[in-house]
Amino acid sequence: MDINNIPHEKLQFAEGGLQLHDQKFETKPIGFLKDAWLRFKKNKGSIVAAIIILFIIAFAVLGPLFSSYAVSDSDANYTLCRPDLGLGLPFWNGDKEMRLNDNYVALLYGIGYGAEDPDGTGNVKWQQAVDSDYACIVNVKDSVMESGMHYTYCDVDTVMRVGFSYQTITMKEFEKIREWEKETGIRVIYPMVDTENEFCMDPDDANFWYKCIGKSPMTANGGRASLEYLQSAGYVDNYKRDADGNIMFYVNKDKTMINTRVLYYNYYRYMHEGSTPTHIFGTDGQGYDIFIRLASGARISLLLAFGVSIINLTIGAFYGAIEGYYGGITDMIMERISDILADVPFIIVATLFQQHFVQTGKVSAFTGLLFAFVLTGWLGTAYRVRTQFYRFKNQEYVLAARTLGASDMRIMWKHIFPNSLGTIITSSVLVIPSVIFSESMLSFLGIVNFQSKDMTSIGTLLSNGQKYLSTDPHVIFFPALVISLLMISFNLFGNGLRDAFNPSLRGTEE
Amino acid sequence: MAKFIYILKRLGAMLLTLIVIYVISFVLIKLLPVEKPMGQGNQARIEEARREALGYNKPIMEQLWIYTRNIITKWDWGTSWKIDYMADVGDVIATRLPPTILINVYSLLFSIPMGVILGIFAAIKKNKWQDQVISVLIMLFISVPSYVYAFLVQYILGFKAGWFPLVVSSLYDAGGSWFSWTMFHSMILPVLSLSFGDIAGLARFTRAELTEQLSSDYMLLARTKGLTRSQATVRHALKNAMVPILPSIISMFVGVLGGSLVIEQIFGVPGIGALFLKSINLKDYDVFMATSMFYTVIGLAANILIDLSYGFLDPRIRMGER
Repeated sequence: MDINNIPHEKLQFAEGGLQLHDQKFETKPIGFLKDAWLRFKKNKGSIVAAIIILFIIAFAVLGPLFSSYAVSDSDANYTLCRPDLGLGLPFWNGDKEMRLNDNYVALLYGIGYGAEDPDGTGNVKWQQAVDSDYACIVNVKDSVMESGMHYTYCDVDTVMRVGFSYQTITMKEFEKIREWEKETGIRVIYPMVDTENEFCMDPDDANFWYKCIGKSPMTANGGRASLEYLQSAGYVDNYKRDADGNIMFYVNKDKTMINTRVLYYNYYRYMHEGSTPTHIFGTDGQGYDIFIRLASGARISLLLAFGVSIINLTIGAFYGAIEGYYGGITDMIMERISDILADVPFIIVATLFQQHFVQTGKVSAFTGLLFAFVLTGWLGTAYRVRTQFYRFKNQEYVLAARTLGASDMRIMWKHIFPNSLGTIITSSVLVIPSVIFSESMLSFLGIVNFQSKDMTSIGTLLSNGQKYLSTDPHVIFFPALVISLLMISFNLFGNGLRDAFNPSLRGTEE
Repeated sequence: MAKFIYILKRLGAMLLTLIVIYVISFVLIKLLPVEKPMGQGNQARIEEARREALGYNKPIMEQLWIYTRNIITKWDWGTSWKIDYMADVGDVIATRLPPTILINVYSLLFSIPMGVILGIFAAIKKNKWQDQVISVLIMLFISVPSYVYAFLVQYILGFKAGWFPLVVSSLYDAGGSWFSWTMFHSMILPVLSLSFGDIAGLARFTRAELTEQLSSDYMLLARTKGLTRSQATVRHALKNAMVPILPSIISMFVGVLGGSLVIEQIFGVPGIGALFLKSINLKDYDVFMATSMFYTVIGLAANILIDLSYGFLDPRIRMGER
């Protein structure tokens, strides 16, 4: 067929009049955040770190729900109790290994012995005392001779060790306890001790309910009792008796108050409606529950860190944006200001803030510390934002926006700022561990004082625990563990974020 | 010449910053309530005279002038009222310097070689198990606060094992010398606790720098020319990697003077950090002022030294040129 003379009726368009458009992508678009998330997901360490962080945050926020104690609860009798999970495990059960001399062993056995005999009948077998629910010595280990003294290594229940205590109550209260005793069958009130005779070793310690001679328990005929003697014949009680020889359970103190002797564990149950003292992380030297104090301390530290991070981000973003966008003389002046600020030593700022505003009572320790952190903390963010603004402000798309009439503000926040989002987020996350660290350091050193009945911080807990490092390391162990975990996981998490927000790393893992 | 002017400029800027911080700190400290004199009788009169000479009862700006004049003309940093009664602050600081410097120098002598060697080793074994183990350890030691491993070291090596004393021994117990064996022995624990962080930081830095150098093109060229791997690494990569590492090591030596507040507190080191804390707690303001300035100068000097040494070590950086 002659190609130049195609008959008109045979000419047909191949597409039959269809309009051709670009086809829509069938895949979903990957935005900036999604892209970062895809890369972040691949980093296993960061994921684990994020989970640990969430866990600690949950502990700090929800911890009080799982504890029967309040932050301000302290019990002067239950100081330095060992951690007790309450599950009867061979460890983490509230026991402490102690090296005891024989008199102390007798004293501790005496608690179980006395507790088995609330009416002072004297009919207690030794084995009963050993197996008693209130026995302090849980486990007897080796015994050693050292410089002529006999010592025994024992696992001692740190809660039961408190034993008996003298309480001053009203007669009404006394009757209420008696009532409660009848209801529950738990004995709280125990016979009073004759604290005035020469056989009472320590009139303030209710655990010396038996007759002593020197520092040892006394035998029935007035000699010093050995442990073997006690095992066969028992203790000789030193209970207070009235003229008829009946055991007295209280002594009048004055018109309204009476002195009684209680088994503190059961008295505690009476006071707390039946619940028993269990401290998951133990108690510290003042009888505070470490679990709840630690949750509260972690909350303060995290709150401070997040607060500082957000404020730094805001100030830094504004400052850096103005510096970077306008440049020139504005930039130079602002840079000199931040140069000077950058050289101010943080520790001195923090100290001066505390001395001026906190100790004079103008603001709380928390606010004072927050200001100290913010004063120089935003410099890093500002520096990063400034760099990003310098990099992007002369690009064509910014020029295009300006040609279209966008205002400076719009260009800054809508067009340039999102480009620096990655660095800003990363740096604000990495600020958090450094704030937590500095705060704990300052309160550890005592420059900042978070020590009060209702408030504490991890650093304060650490500095309180330092004196018990050699005798009761649990006081310092849990705060140290939590802060180490926080630091490690925030650093890992921050590094993961940094890599995730760095598009130049895209595809390098494969 | 450009170099010289640049150095002068930097020093000028440093002086300006220092003056600003000095004035602000002085005013803020003087605004705090002044403690009453403690001496009695004759002592009180001497004390009063000294206070008068320091201008304690004059307006703050006049006090600032007197204080500054005393520093410039007589190197007199004021008087300690609580820590060492009526002693010259300059002397008070001077007596606290030796333990701080000693502990930090020991720690640096231990941690610099350790850190650099570990870093080099990790970089050479990059992505093998040795590198991974070292990297995890570095991560741990950088993140965990120094006081936590100070406690660990004190508890395990000091208390449980009983190899070292728990706190640094006093000058008297050590026979009056900072360099006796007793002193050194008691300093091992704080030195160890200080070193962990430095080792980890240095190892991470060295590893990062060296891996970057090892993967650069000139290494390929060196290998093509026939150098063995170790030759190329030592002669080319390591040299270049050291350019950013050396300045930070230099600044670490300046930091020796400052010491660590926390470590000094935990191990009872009678050093400059302990002095700083004591001056705050006892409200010994002249000491506080002087130690604050001491810390500020150290910080500023370390910064400048880093910048300048970059310029001296790296021929690519031309100081003072734009």
